[in-house]
Amino acid sequence: MSNVPGELKYVSSHEWIRVEGDGTVTIGVTDHAQEALGDVVFVELPDIDAEVSAGDDAGVVESVKAASDIYAPVSGVVVAVNDDLEDAPEMVNSDPYGDGWFFKLKLTDESELDDLLSADEYSAACEEE
Amino acid sequence: MGHKTPLYELHASMGGKLVDFGGWDMPLHYGSQLEEHNIVRQDAGMFDVSHMTIVDVSGQESRKYLQYLVANDVARLEVKGKALYTAMLNEQGGIIDDLIIYLMTENGSSNEWYRLVVNCATREKDLAWMADRAIGFDVTLNEQPELAMVAVQGPKARAKVAALLGGSREQAINELSVFQGFESEGWFIARTGYTGEDGLEIMVPDDEVAQFWSALAEAGVAPCGLGARDTLRLEAGMNLYGSDMTDSVTPLESGIAWSVAFEPSDRQFVGREVLDQQKANGGYDKLVGLVLETRGVLRGHQRVIVDGVGEGEITSGTFSPTLGFSVALARVPAGTGAAAKVEMRGKEIDVRVVRPPFVRNGKKVFE
Repeated sequence: MSNVPGELKYVSSHEWIRVEGDGTVTIGVTDHAQEALGDVVFVELPDIDAEVSAGDDAGVVESVKAASDIYAPVSGVVVAVNDDLEDAPEMVNSDPYGDGWFFKLKLTDESELDDLLSADEYSAACEEE
Repeated sequence: MGHKTPLYELHASMGGKLVDFGGWDMPLHYGSQLEEHNIVRQDAGMFDVSHMTIVDVSGQESRKYLQYLVANDVARLEVKGKALYTAMLNEQGGIIDDLIIYLMTENGSSNEWYRLVVNCATREKDLAWMADRAIGFDVTLNEQPELAMVAVQGPKARAKVAALLGGSREQAINELSVFQGFESEGWFIARTGYTGEDGLEIMVPDDEVAQFWSALAEAGVAPCGLGARDTLRLEAGMNLYGSDMTDSVTPLESGIAWSVAFEPSDRQFVGREVLDQQKANGGYDKLVGLVLETRGVLRGHQRVIVDGVGEGEITSGTFSPTLGFSVALARVPAGTGAAAKVEMRGKEIDVRVVRPPFVRNGKKVFE
């Protein structure tokens, strides 16, 4: 079974969201997603200051198996990206909720957080796949 | 549930991620495909290839039959145990399957017989085709479903297997030449493979293979899945049937013209007329290597654009763990030069066109 930390929020496209409490969120892909992808070899991240709307493409993760889009789970402005993934994309596999984070957004509409899935809801969604 | 090899339980207990492959439940990887790939390039890994189909061809006319059935010429097999890579063609010159043929007896022996290894996904079609072509020949075709097969590959593969088996087998393995095999008490051990590294492919009776696999693991040979097998063979520039070649393309269009024996010119093998014609006319598509030295991964079915020449398609592509960037095989028009573009995710990306292989014996080999 894959690891789904209780303190994070999720979307059904397999990104996790950590609400930092200062108007920003950190985003990455879930353990379930990294396992399905297999070894990650490249990550393409959004530009700093880029504005994204919930559901927009915000990056690409390429594994030995396939390329997958990364979606912005909520709307906001990109305030940080994890440059370390350029040299060490395997961190997405080894530490998806830690060193393998993708980017941070400054929220434009905090109410969108209410639409996100809890850990239990996300686990249930994975079961149904 | 699919077919299971005699190693199924061991794959599951060793952490293999099992997936469907041509109707068989096979390990994709045991944790990390990349690590398995690198182990084969640097040390030794083992693959369960028991799903492949083994067919023995015997009878007075086995040589005559095989000279008609396949595009390479089994007369090139001059030594007992020698292996030949070839394609079996349809009347249009299209590739029904690619296979390895071993000569199992002394050359010219009165009871000459051969062992063929064909792909698993094409088993039914191959067996039906081979049986149909056998009509009128004094030959017998015997599938050998009770033989399992393990490929042990990597620079240390031969030494590890030799030390493990010991005795006369150890000596025979140490002295074995490339593309050569030998029989030993129901086993057949050949210095062949699908990775671009030195190594062995070993046919073992079903009831002995689990013990052999476990002993190899104890001897430090890493279990590897089909994922690593695919990246290894692609780096080595070896075709995958169903992706890089199919019923609708010929060996000339698939980078394996070297496996067609046009001489002697009076040997009539199935598909020969089409190949002779194609060779005489020229201008046919070719299978080339593509290299993308920047970010991104080339994938099968992506469109290849060759300015002023035309278009082609990637037949298989991957990230190359050995090189650190992406490589692919692609079928492109005859006039393709050293540069092309690939449409990736809506953008046209520049790639280099090279002659495969990309990697041999752990090292980059293309220019």
